[in-house]
Amino acid sequence: MAAELHVALVAADREVWSGEAKLVVARTTSGDIGVMPGHQPLLGVLESGPVTIRTSDGETVVAAVHGGFISFADDKLSLLAEIAELSDEIDVQRAERELERAKAEGDATAERRADVRLRAAAAS
Amino acid sequence: MGAQLRVYKRRIRSVTATKKITKAMEMIAASRVVKAQRKVAASTPYATELTRAVTAVGTGSNTKHPLTTQAETVTRSAVLLLTSDRGLAGAFNSNAIKAAEQLTERLEREGKQVETYIVGRRGLAHYNFRERKVAESWAGFTDEPTYADAKKVAAPLIEAIEKETADGGVDELHIVFTEFVSMMTQTALGDRLLPLSLEEVAKEAAPKGEILPLYDFEPTAEDVLDALLPRYVESRIYNALLQSAASKHAATRRAMKSATDNAGELIESLSRLANAARQAEITQEISEIVGGSAALADASAGSDR
Repeated sequence: MAAELHVALVAADREVWSGEAKLVVARTTSGDIGVMPGHQPLLGVLESGPVTIRTSDGETVVAAVHGGFISFADDKLSLLAEIAELSDEIDVQRAERELERAKAEGDATAERRADVRLRAAAAS
Repeated sequence: MGAQLRVYKRRIRSVTATKKITKAMEMIAASRVVKAQRKVAASTPYATELTRAVTAVGTGSNTKHPLTTQAETVTRSAVLLLTSDRGLAGAFNSNAIKAAEQLTERLEREGKQVETYIVGRRGLAHYNFRERKVAESWAGFTDEPTYADAKKVAAPLIEAIEKETADGGVDELHIVFTEFVSMMTQTALGDRLLPLSLEEVAKEAAPKGEILPLYDFEPTAEDVLDALLPRYVESRIYNALLQSAASKHAATRRAMKSATDNAGELIESLSRLANAARQAEITQEISEIVGGSAALADASAGSDR
């Protein structure tokens, strides 16, 4: 099967990434989910976490996604996120600073956000 | 230089300075319109995808949600009015405020209590001056709204609509904003945002009667709807904020363009007057000289004899 996924990763204010892919792994509220071509139509709520996109030419794109949705139908997959960043857009030092600050202040959401950023940056 | 001429010259100088300023403001506004339009375009993919998803849940399940259920008797409604922080935009703010007032009046005629929420310093000043109650207001981001701003605005509104009416919640939400039709046309309009009618959303998402697939919901349809609807409202408010910003800049551009044109006309007519005054002065000087020399000639001719 030569089917491909048409992936669009869109944030609220821009399109972050779009292209063809063979596999997309994302974290929903009920666990990680992998989507390949021919998957059943799906609509899920995303957790804050890294999204891995394996493109058709064998590359891997990792993005940090904070809250949003995954919807898939007819080999078209859209990842909607309020905030989404590709791993190479992430400022590691800034994320580390954020993480420390969030830990010090006990801000769980900010801590998780910074953690996701760092993990996405490390994964690529 | 005569006094008259000096006054004209001074006025020309001051109008020229004003013209330079309005011209600069016009150009700044023009570049901002383009930027704002680009932002509207950039937010479109998210909005379309979200609309599709909402339709999918709405048609694929019979889930009930406070944001989509119409109250049997609407006793209280909220009106969100989008204005700008700064003026110098022609009738932009007054049109939006007028539209909000008409809507409020209509709702009150229907026996509903109206709570007003305002974005932008101009609208707030208008309401405060008339000592009208404002439920909540935001300001400081109307020129370049971000998604975070839209979230900030949406949060208390969603909270209000999810609350029971008896506890101070509202039954419906209207939004008044200025739609950006084109560079030349912007219309203030009032729209009912909540409760959401899924049929209307569906019509918007698939106008050609496209059939949506049967989705598998993860974790459940209720949870998805729970998470989706607030995002949908936020994205609608974000879109309204962006359109409002684009309209404001377009209105500023137009107002500044006519100010520049008027200044040009004023300079032209003032230069005419100044020229006439200078000419009159010269004429007067010539006639004085001629008169003086004639008197001298007469006097010397008389003394010769």
